[in-house]
Amino acid sequence: MYYIDPHIHMVSRVTDDYEKMARMGCVAISEPAFWAGFDRGSVEGFRDYFRQLTEFEPKRAGWSGIQHFTWLCINAKEAENVSLSREVIAMIPEFLDRPGVLGIGEIGLNKNTKNESIVFREQVDLAARYNELILIHTPHLQDKLKGTRMIVDMLLEDSRIKPERVLIDHVEEHTVGFAKDKGFWCAMTLYPVTKCTPSRAADIIEEWGDDRIMVNSAGDWGPSNPIAVPDFIQEMRRRGHSEAKIRKIVYENPLEFFRQSKRFQFTPPESARRVQ
Amino acid sequence: MSGPMTSIQVFEQVFLQTRAKVLEVAASLDRLARTEGFEAVQSDSRYQQLRQSLEVLLGSGTNRAATIQQIFSDPYDPAWVSRFQATGERPELNPTAPH
Repeated sequence: MYYIDPHIHMVSRVTDDYEKMARMGCVAISEPAFWAGFDRGSVEGFRDYFRQLTEFEPKRAGWSGIQHFTWLCINAKEAENVSLSREVIAMIPEFLDRPGVLGIGEIGLNKNTKNESIVFREQVDLAARYNELILIHTPHLQDKLKGTRMIVDMLLEDSRIKPERVLIDHVEEHTVGFAKDKGFWCAMTLYPVTKCTPSRAADIIEEWGDDRIMVNSAGDWGPSNPIAVPDFIQEMRRRGHSEAKIRKIVYENPLEFFRQSKRFQFTPPESARRVQ
Repeated sequence: MSGPMTSIQVFEQVFLQTRAKVLEVAASLDRLARTEGFEAVQSDSRYQQLRQSLEVLLGSGTNRAATIQQIFSDPYDPAWVSRFQATGERPELNPTAPH
């Protein structure tokens, strides 16, 4: 089955991972900007990162026949440095017209601090001014419920933000309702220990339905599995769910959300094959 | 809403996995209880969260995972915006100003 991984940090993965993902049916990915494992020292560090995301990664993904899309932002961890964050936010528009840039993300909260909320709102403002899609990072573990609710509060206070143009990521059993009930898209991250397992993600689908929801691996430089989405597909099949239902979650839903971006130029794999 | 499988089918699928996970929890708690200074851990709020969660497992209904998630979550204060504003660290946005 063809699938799209709507959230994976391929800059942290090796080329062999792209190849494995392609063999498992991955035809496209979207890569949000995130924390590199250390705080960058200047706006130039981010400029280079955004060049990597928009120039080299699409090329490297293409070697395995995978279409690469990306999101730009300063992440919640580095948002503690408000002055640097503002420099990055001012620089982002230089990259917004590049092919494959889907919007602003992954923005959100990490420890639910004041500085994080200041920078979050300013990036929401940036997205609103440029009419960009938004990809939201929600905090981990004990911070997640509180942080998700704070994020939803901030999104709803801005009348320019349309929930159907926002994807709230890393939802779990206790937060999926806040995202879906307010009309946002949401995504579950299949990630060892700290997020969802494939079976819990399948449970959430059975509980909350398959509209406006997707799954991703969020593969990065930590312990993570870049082929976690196929594990979810397998779990859904094991439970007897239809191929059409599974395809909706892992392929059609990401397409429906991404197509709201004018720079989402996707070639369906069937068409790509015909061209070859 | 539920999946397409019957109760018996789901039970057959999850029994061994769940048995293994329950045993893993039991062994972890035994390992902890064998250590010196265990009393200090018993007053740790995280240990209390584990105990509360185990009590939830023995309940009924279809919402146990979400309930346990809430046990491990910081409380949400709906007045957080005014708290942040009161410190002067939440300035109003001016959408027309360049950043």
